[in-house]
Amino acid sequence: MMWLVCGIFLITFAGVPGLFCAREGRGAERLACFLTLIGTASGLAGVTRALLSDGEMIFDLPWSLPGGRLSLCLDPLAAIFILPLLLVVACGSIYGLRYWPQREHPENGRKLRLFYGLISGAMILLLIASNSILFLMAWEVMALSGYFLITTEDHKEDVRRAGFIYLIATHTGTLALFATFALLSQISGSLMFPAAGSLPIAGSGLVFLLGLFGFGMKAGLIPLHIWLPGAHAAAPSHASALLSGVMIKTGIYGLVRLTSMFAEIPHWWGWTILVLGGISGIMGVALALAQHDIKRLLAYHSVENIGIIALGLGLALLGRSYHLPELVALGLAGCLLHVANHGLFKSLLFLSAGSVIHAVGSREIDHYGGLLKRQPWTGALFLGGAVAISGLPPFNGFISEWLIYLGAFLPLRQPSSMLELAVFAAPALALIGGLALACFVKVFGIAFLGEPRTAAATQAHESPVSMLVPMFLLLLACIWIGLLPSTLIPLLSQAVVHWSVASGVAVTTQALTPLNWVSYVSWLLLLLIAVFSLWLYVRSRKSPRTINTWGCGYQFLQPRIQYTSSSFADSLVGLFHFGLLSERHGGKVTGLFPEKIEFSSHTPDLVLDRLLIPLFHAVAGLFRFIRTSVQNGILALYLLYVALAVFTLLAFFTF
Amino acid sequence: MLANLVLHLFILLLFAPLLLGIITKTKAWFAGRVGAPLLQTYYDLNRLWRKGFVFSRTTTWVFLLGPVVGLAVPLLAALMIPFGALPAPVSFEGDLILFVYLFGLSRFFTAAAALDTGSSFEGMGAAREVTFSCLAEPTLLFVLLVLARLSGGLSMNTLLGEHLLASWRSEAGASLTLILVCLFVVLLLECSRIPFDDPTTHLELTMIHEVMVLDHSGPAFGMILYGAALKMMVLGALLVRLAIPWDTGWWLTNSLIFLAGLSVLAVLIGVIESAMARLKLPRVPQVLVGTSLLSIFALVLVLR
Repeated sequence: MMWLVCGIFLITFAGVPGLFCAREGRGAERLACFLTLIGTASGLAGVTRALLSDGEMIFDLPWSLPGGRLSLCLDPLAAIFILPLLLVVACGSIYGLRYWPQREHPENGRKLRLFYGLISGAMILLLIASNSILFLMAWEVMALSGYFLITTEDHKEDVRRAGFIYLIATHTGTLALFATFALLSQISGSLMFPAAGSLPIAGSGLVFLLGLFGFGMKAGLIPLHIWLPGAHAAAPSHASALLSGVMIKTGIYGLVRLTSMFAEIPHWWGWTILVLGGISGIMGVALALAQHDIKRLLAYHSVENIGIIALGLGLALLGRSYHLPELVALGLAGCLLHVANHGLFKSLLFLSAGSVIHAVGSREIDHYGGLLKRQPWTGALFLGGAVAISGLPPFNGFISEWLIYLGAFLPLRQPSSMLELAVFAAPALALIGGLALACFVKVFGIAFLGEPRTAAATQAHESPVSMLVPMFLLLLACIWIGLLPSTLIPLLSQAVVHWSVASGVAVTTQALTPLNWVSYVSWLLLLLIAVFSLWLYVRSRKSPRTINTWGCGYQFLQPRIQYTSSSFADSLVGLFHFGLLSERHGGKVTGLFPEKIEFSSHTPDLVLDRLLIPLFHAVAGLFRFIRTSVQNGILALYLLYVALAVFTLLAFFTF
Repeated sequence: MLANLVLHLFILLLFAPLLLGIITKTKAWFAGRVGAPLLQTYYDLNRLWRKGFVFSRTTTWVFLLGPVVGLAVPLLAALMIPFGALPAPVSFEGDLILFVYLFGLSRFFTAAAALDTGSSFEGMGAAREVTFSCLAEPTLLFVLLVLARLSGGLSMNTLLGEHLLASWRSEAGASLTLILVCLFVVLLLECSRIPFDDPTTHLELTMIHEVMVLDHSGPAFGMILYGAALKMMVLGALLVRLAIPWDTGWWLTNSLIFLAGLSVLAVLIGVIESAMARLKLPRVPQVLVGTSLLSIFALVLVLR
């Protein structure tokens, strides 16, 4: 445990020495990166020791604050969240050296590194805190550091706006969490986290709802995702990777931890999370399809993946309500593995998107094109991430989705109960998978393939090695989980048993064994692809690439003729019009020889732009109306108010 | 086990291109022509094998990955599906999900290879392919859910096992009929046949699959053609097993029954192609959503 605590200290304060260094110097950023790397190594050592010693590690100190002891506890559940976190933090830190060098950003480089360290340390701390006060303190440090990461470029208007929305959202969520933990301490009688499965179910409904609101806000479940797209688009790419890959998972951690405390789970908890997960998944990916901005698109995919994770968690909760240990095992293992997987491939995608933005200088997908020739490594790494996030074999996304699918098929064996309706999670997941595939074919195809669409894309260059290596490490982790998933069975089954006391290790391991087969088939798939590719490569090596793409007889092909990201997604966006309400302007062609016309389409956020902002405008208008009618500067009316107040009071006290 | 594997691959690799020949022959017969010989696909493959490549200067290595994955995936998926009464060589709990997702992988790379040429035609094809397929995916899952409910297992071998005969005779028969229809629609879509796509038109604005492979040539195009034939056989095997659930107990008769079933399926596709026109593109999603509803109905029938 000391190793982990040392690691937290090093990571948290990695950016502090930089504050005392020269504004333009390069030493401070290297020192910060070095400290972060040492810190993550030390943290990794601590977690590994804890896992090898086969149990939880506890660190306990007396504390002068009210509410018990300063207590840290590292169990397998927390370890699954911490391990990808450490990798992402280390990779982002190396990546930042060249992506956001102090020389080019003297005004905000130091701030970025300071809060990058603070948020990373706070996240590890909250994952191992087992005291409500400590948890909330770490939570708040994380939330505020997140705000400063998002507003790194605070001279831009849209960045400030995104940061402001984030701040409001996160504080609304924290308010709910305060209430959650206050109620929880009344049930358990202490501010310490109760042991798994120890709390009675009576009076816990409100705790669950408040927790779902607070944690769901952080995780970005629809309709609580309002802050997410803007914030992830505004932050620098390696900070977005951290926010999207890791920070939103603390919301999932909170839900998992909260639900582990209760001895029984009411049926409606599982159903609520399952339905919310389905909606988030489908609407998240539909909104992603309609985006033109690569980082906003990736941010909406986080909403989608949180939906998939929630589907797994919902199934696991239902498994506990209906006492099906196998369903608990598959659902929770899928949920936790997808948490780790999403952390890995989403960070990879954000980092490679950052590499593209760095090279082209735009976030618009339609400004790219043909980048695979100019950035071969970034393109290949992005392709890996795209296949992984679409949940396709042989990468890691498939493994976790496969577990959730298996869980969704299990209720079929429970004839004539309500639970059977849970099988609808499987087709929902299939639809999500199909849409995600469409979306990533679009991004990869439009950005990296074809001909460059702008002059900037023509002159794009490959990123330096220090930006490519972190991405490569993340891809390696994705491949590892995809090809050797059975290496994770022990950790996953320990975590499942920790979460639900009733499921034994044997049942869980039994439920996860078919993973071996998946890995054999994945290897076979890779082998086949390798053999065919090699053969085709050798056979076609000598063929020249000297002709143009066939234009169906049209000779003068231009990059502008290519399909764009909006045209690619148009029919799917049209199908989801009922939920997206995209706006289209112009584009009407008239006459035989039409004039030059313009077309633009835009998909505003469903909840924020369509619901909340109009609602708040209306509320503000109402208050303004009340103020102008009540407080209107006419002295006679004010005297009337005084008289009325006096009469009311008199009447009240007399009777 | 090994003999089973060899037999499986033998049937798959040898007879798959024949299906395309049967379809063409049926269509010719309907039109009153003699038509191309039954073995035309084999001749085409042979001819393509000996040809050279023509590459656009826009393309990259992703362009070649399309045909590679398009051939590797049906080959692998075939190992997980029983051919009639012949059990699948590779079988484990949950292989049905892998089966579905493998085809997703091939779709990803076929569409990416199409976009790699930078042609707007191929962009159209890729966009339509991913749009329509993602609507067919829930239908396929509903079908698998019905089969899983009836069999109580989660592997293709159990799903399409011996209980099917009893299920047909029980009251689940109605559900099985419905999912048979749904699967047929999915097959027509996935194998790009009329009424969703027309494999004989290369240069019309309504095409889907053919336009995606417009720029492929030589052995790479041969791989695509062969991969498409294998895919039709693999998806057809699902239908044939469902419709003909008998097991004669001898591998030779089982194989013959399976091949006969596939031929009937191919003739059926040919008849539909001759009798129907292609749907208008905006109609396609409506048909697919309708099929999904049908499959939901089938699921509800077995769940109650």
